[in-house]
Amino acid sequence: MAAASPSPSATRRDAAPDDDRPLVQIEEVVLRFGSKTVLDGISFTVDRGDRLVVMGQSGGGKSTLLRLVIGILKPTSGRVLFAGTDIARLSRRQLNAMRARLGMVYQYSALISSLNVRDNLALPLEELTEKSTAEIDELIRARLAAVDMSGSEDKMPSELSGGMRKRIGLARALMLEPELILYDEPSAGLDPVTSSVIDELIIDTSARTKSSAIIVTHEMESAFRIATRMVMLYQGKIIADDTPEKFRNSDNEVVAQFVSGSTQGPIGEAAHERT
Amino acid sequence: MVIGAIGHYVRTFLQTVSSLIWLLIDMVAEMGDHISRGRLPFRRSVFFEQGERAGLGSVPLVCMVSFFLGLTMALLTGYQLRTFGTERLVPGLITIAFWRELGPLMTGIILAARIGAAFTAELGTMTVSEEVEAIEAMGLGPLRFLVAPRLTALVLLMPALVVMSNLAALFGTYMICQISFNISGENFLDLVMDALILKDVVLGMAKSLLFGVIIGLIACYSGLTVKGGAAGVGNATTRSVVLTITTVIGVDTFLNMLQVNVLNN
Ligand SMILES: Nc1ncnc2c1ncn2[C@@H]1O[C@H](COP(=O)(O)OP(=O)(O)OP(=O)(O)O)[C@@H](O)[C@H]1O
Ligand SMILES: [Mg+2]
Repeated sequence: MAAASPSPSATRRDAAPDDDRPLVQIEEVVLRFGSKTVLDGISFTVDRGDRLVVMGQSGGGKSTLLRLVIGILKPTSGRVLFAGTDIARLSRRQLNAMRARLGMVYQYSALISSLNVRDNLALPLEELTEKSTAEIDELIRARLAAVDMSGSEDKMPSELSGGMRKRIGLARALMLEPELILYDEPSAGLDPVTSSVIDELIIDTSARTKSSAIIVTHEMESAFRIATRMVMLYQGKIIADDTPEKFRNSDNEVVAQFVSGSTQGPIGEAAHERT
Repeated sequence: MVIGAIGHYVRTFLQTVSSLIWLLIDMVAEMGDHISRGRLPFRRSVFFEQGERAGLGSVPLVCMVSFFLGLTMALLTGYQLRTFGTERLVPGLITIAFWRELGPLMTGIILAARIGAAFTAELGTMTVSEEVEAIEAMGLGPLRFLVAPRLTALVLLMPALVVMSNLAALFGTYMICQISFNISGENFLDLVMDALILKDVVLGMAKSLLFGVIIGLIACYSGLTVKGGAAGVGNATTRSVVLTITTVIGVDTFLNMLQVNVLNN
């Protein structure tokens, strides 16, 4: 384990030997459901500290992409590497250990409906760490305060609004201080103020814990606010992978149309052709 | 055409069976991972919650059905046997029938309907709302966390419920023997004890454990493989109940044939 060079990587949170490699590498990944090709040979990397925004049409395979990264789905072909290892080759135990280093914020929150907020947040800590109840409760208080949901410990998920659930889902993903957080449309369905709060929280979290993030979003404003890099998924392929500035001024027709939200352009035409 | 259809059914059947076996193997593996980290395989609270629901909650229904079944059987067989003057055989007959066969079968059918449906609906709802996936994505092992406590509770409670079913049936028989056939309490007890042999008891208990595994596995599997929202949960629940009940009856018949034809007793 002597590979930690005196490069900037040595000062990062945990200077593992694989630190110089990108945290996530997607290599030529194809994913089919039956005869339907959802992802058609995509490649990109997420470096440590990156906040990568993934954009694309509804039904374009963005949630599917996140599921590949967390190992819920296996690619039809191609490889998904986390910290340099192909996750398809991990044993069940290794895969679960890897998942503990990841946090996922679900599009529809996916809180455990039979558990109250406190128990939902405590779940990963109780099951995977040796922390005492007092430590866990302390952590939960802090996380709830961070998402502006203090005092909601005893509420059941069904008693919360969609936006509140989303914030609890976010708090849950942060409980284990993951190295990589996957956000599936974190600000969809929230009012503009809460949405900005969530954006701030995403940026804050990644800066404070030196974690990386992959964020799927449709909201252009928050995309440009959060992103250090952006990719655009279109018809199963990555058609653009760039910095936010370059993205905003892209001459790619599809990207330009998506950024401006115009009805005129290749996206609408393609949709018409398909129907 | 017919052969094609049969082929299709055989294939689906084999696929389902192998999926169930894999579910069991994966569950045990996930539990092993967790135990190797010095932890209980699943939460005690979930286990007791499920046990209370599956066990305590089923006692009234199991007892009531068995009581009336025992009573009716005693009445019907008794009147037939009386024409030969052998109504004294009734207690022994019911004893053997229930300990060896009807207790596990009735309890199995009742639990398949009651608990099988509950497991499928619950896990199905969790599946469509992505809760199961979230549990998996956290690295908690959904089979260990969700299936194991349910299955264990059900399997451990089956024998206890079968004993209750048998006792309830004998109580019904006792009442009929008192009222219609003039068999005294003491006499009744002797007749029952004479008929009750260890092998039947062991066989009945073994069957009840097996039925517990079958019901739990099919119900949980049906729940975890739900597709298509709330309607999907409804369909899966209906299908799960039908499948568990027919499987329990089918396996029971198969075991009886095996016992009679191969083992000759
Ligand atoms: N388990 C599955 N089985 C079959 N098809 C699936 C499955 N999951 C997703 N799909 C299909 O894959 C495509 C991509 O789905 P996905 O949920 O990844 O889209 P998305 O980009 O997240 O869309 P949205 O923005 O609406 O959430 C869809 O057409 C969907 O029907
Ligand atoms: Mg999605």
